[in-house]
Amino acid sequence: MIKPELQTYKIPKHISDYPTGPSYNAGHLVSKNAGWRTFKPVVNLDICTGCYQCYLLCPDGAISKTTNNKIQFDYDFCKGCGICAHECNFKAIEMLKEESSK
Amino acid sequence: MSSNISPELTGKRVFISGDEAVAEGVRLARPNVISAYPITPQTIVVERLSEMVEDGSLDAKYIHVESEHSAMSAAMGVSSVGARAFTATSSQGLLYMAEGVHYASGGRMPIVMMNANRSVALPWSIYGDHRDSMSMLDSGWIQIYVEDAQEALDMIIQAYRIAEDPSVLTPIMVNLDGFVLTHTYEIVEIPPQVDVDSFLPIFQTPNKMSLEKPKSMGFSTSPADNMEFKYQQHMAMLAAKNIIETADKEFEDLFGRSYGGLVDSYNCDDAEIVLITVGSVTGTARIVVDNLRLKGIKAGLLKLRFLRPFPDVEVRNILKNVKSIGVLDKDISFGFEGTVFTNVNSALSHLPKRPLAVNYIGGLGGRDISVSDIEGIYNELIEITDIGKVEDSTRVRYINMGVEIDD
Amino acid sequence: MIDIKKITAKNMTDKEFFFGHKACAGCGGSLAVRLALKVLGEKTFCALPAGCMSAVGFIYPQMAFLNNAIISTFPGTGSMLSGMRAGLDALGYKDTHVVGFAGDGGTADIGLQALSGAIDRGDKIIYICYDNEAYMNTGVQKSGLTPYGTRTTTSPAGDNLPGSVTQKKNLFEIVAAHDIAYAATASVGYAQDYMNKLAKAAQTDGTSFIHIYATCPTGWGTSTETSISLAKEAVDCGLWYLAEYENSEFKINRKPKKLELLKDHLLKQGRFKHLRNEDIKVIETARDIRWERMLKKWG
Repeated sequence: MIKPELQTYKIPKHISDYPTGPSYNAGHLVSKNAGWRTFKPVVNLDICTGCYQCYLLCPDGAISKTTNNKIQFDYDFCKGCGICAHECNFKAIEMLKEESSK
Repeated sequence: MSSNISPELTGKRVFISGDEAVAEGVRLARPNVISAYPITPQTIVVERLSEMVEDGSLDAKYIHVESEHSAMSAAMGVSSVGARAFTATSSQGLLYMAEGVHYASGGRMPIVMMNANRSVALPWSIYGDHRDSMSMLDSGWIQIYVEDAQEALDMIIQAYRIAEDPSVLTPIMVNLDGFVLTHTYEIVEIPPQVDVDSFLPIFQTPNKMSLEKPKSMGFSTSPADNMEFKYQQHMAMLAAKNIIETADKEFEDLFGRSYGGLVDSYNCDDAEIVLITVGSVTGTARIVVDNLRLKGIKAGLLKLRFLRPFPDVEVRNILKNVKSIGVLDKDISFGFEGTVFTNVNSALSHLPKRPLAVNYIGGLGGRDISVSDIEGIYNELIEITDIGKVEDSTRVRYINMGVEIDD
Repeated sequence: MIDIKKITAKNMTDKEFFFGHKACAGCGGSLAVRLALKVLGEKTFCALPAGCMSAVGFIYPQMAFLNNAIISTFPGTGSMLSGMRAGLDALGYKDTHVVGFAGDGGTADIGLQALSGAIDRGDKIIYICYDNEAYMNTGVQKSGLTPYGTRTTTSPAGDNLPGSVTQKKNLFEIVAAHDIAYAATASVGYAQDYMNKLAKAAQTDGTSFIHIYATCPTGWGTSTETSISLAKEAVDCGLWYLAEYENSEFKINRKPKKLELLKDHLLKQGRFKHLRNEDIKVIETARDIRWERMLKKWG
């Protein structure tokens, strides 16, 4: 795994479905954080220089590098904090209001 | 002169104290890391272990922790990566690490800890009683109470075997009476390392952090899941009963010593009056039982070796036809009765016909319990059997008080 | 001098070791954990005490750590780390990192004893204190690292008191006084500096400690997108500092260049918005005295 991944959580039906003691496989995610957002970041790839400052400073690791040296957002896990847009020296990222219909 | 036992002497008989016997047992059990903080009367254990690490006869890391809370916390760190941990404490120290004691059992970490039973402040007392470990009875640890130095050494080794069993994965507290056992000397046989190695394999567990299978350990639960983890712990502690019996038998096969498993019953088969004891006072009681039997009195003795898991089945089976029992508690749950008494009575409550039962509180803060004190208890049990009942107000009796008390 | 490879945004691993967590949007602490693990890599075993990062990282069945991680007792991070290191060494593991991520409360207050013990023993562990200046996880109560004049839920600001009335405990110097192998202060506002210090900590033969200033928009009453810039400004106006303790000597990494921003920096935060001019003067004076002493003693 390159990062923790979403899995389908099988709700335990029998006591043996639980792990022994409070220990579990690392990197097992069952829920997204997308629903936290009011605003979502959108990048203008023509302006983006691939400096990766936004990638560096995202507290959630929700920005990743693309194969052509730009960036992309993982909208499942972006909380819309706006640090990326605020810190971008080139104003390549805009925070747009999340659509009310989901 | 160091009384450190060099490896050439294993398989030999030596004259050592209870604390030193624990250290020998630990050395033979091959822990990977020892983390301990000194507290009377446990100190000799950790001193001897540091000498063994220094001279190389024990290949372990020794962490000089700065408190008992850290001793348990470090031991959990050791166990969490799949290494074998040991620590030791007493009294104030046990209570200082109390948070960690619950943590380790909830975390299913098979740590072995020696506890030198000592009274808990206030008032301050460095002398022995059971109030420290009794106050931790609900913490999820298996609790063993040993009678003599040989049993102490042997049970340290058995403790790892029981604790690390995949159906158990529960930490174990091995209790020795402070001073009367920790600091008194006996002939002890040191088993050969090679035999201990065949009895106790290297610690393996899937419940650990590793590079092959990274884990998130010690996590939080919501109300939706917490009870299930606690249920697991309870069932594992019950499963330990079988492992305890198996370990005792296998230990006997290899080393020639059996301790009877969860309990040790002495002359109980046809007994009319039985005293229930925990720990080293059992040795004194055996002498009294022998004397009474010579006089034709059908006296018996039931030593509870494990208080958790509680040997309720054994207690019922052994006591069901007994007329009167006394339970000797070196502890008191203020406002009610001794804890061993409460536990025994709960086990007996399932019987349609139960013995009369009296609680004897003694030995607090190192108060002596003598042969004549115990004879006195048995004489009272004979009287009670004749009378046929126990008044509510005299169910709990303090023995060997130094002053008059108004009844 | 060991040649330490510099980790940057460009060359760092693509792996995310702390991802999917439930920290507040804009959490400085979570950035501190994320960057540390990206620098230290997958052979890292972490311990986190009760606090924000453990609370958001492991609520069954959502496990946000990709590498090995365990929650320690609140006071016991330092000693659990010592135990993990001893256990790993005893089992023959090579080239592992043992790292703790604890908050200001879990380090400077309840965790101080265990940290002191670990440093005293010289155990090969890295201890990272993410400092959001209060007990945030339990609802923003005052800690030993809460600065003067902060409104918290146990140090309210009103007619009689300006919020908390004590200065931050000098944790960095307390740690340095142990003659620790390596200690540093950092800020999420200076991320590259933090990563350089992490790389040094990774190479330290002994105990290392990093105290990182980590913005908490929830507890500070600040907008989420300013978390990085605020943490930078705190350094620039001298309220926080970037320094190191290495080879038994102190070194200032950066002198504050915008001291005049202090008042504005404070008043735009919800937790400081009640401050009167005389309160700000107290803060300013304390800052100036501190810097005068640091510059004189540490050069």
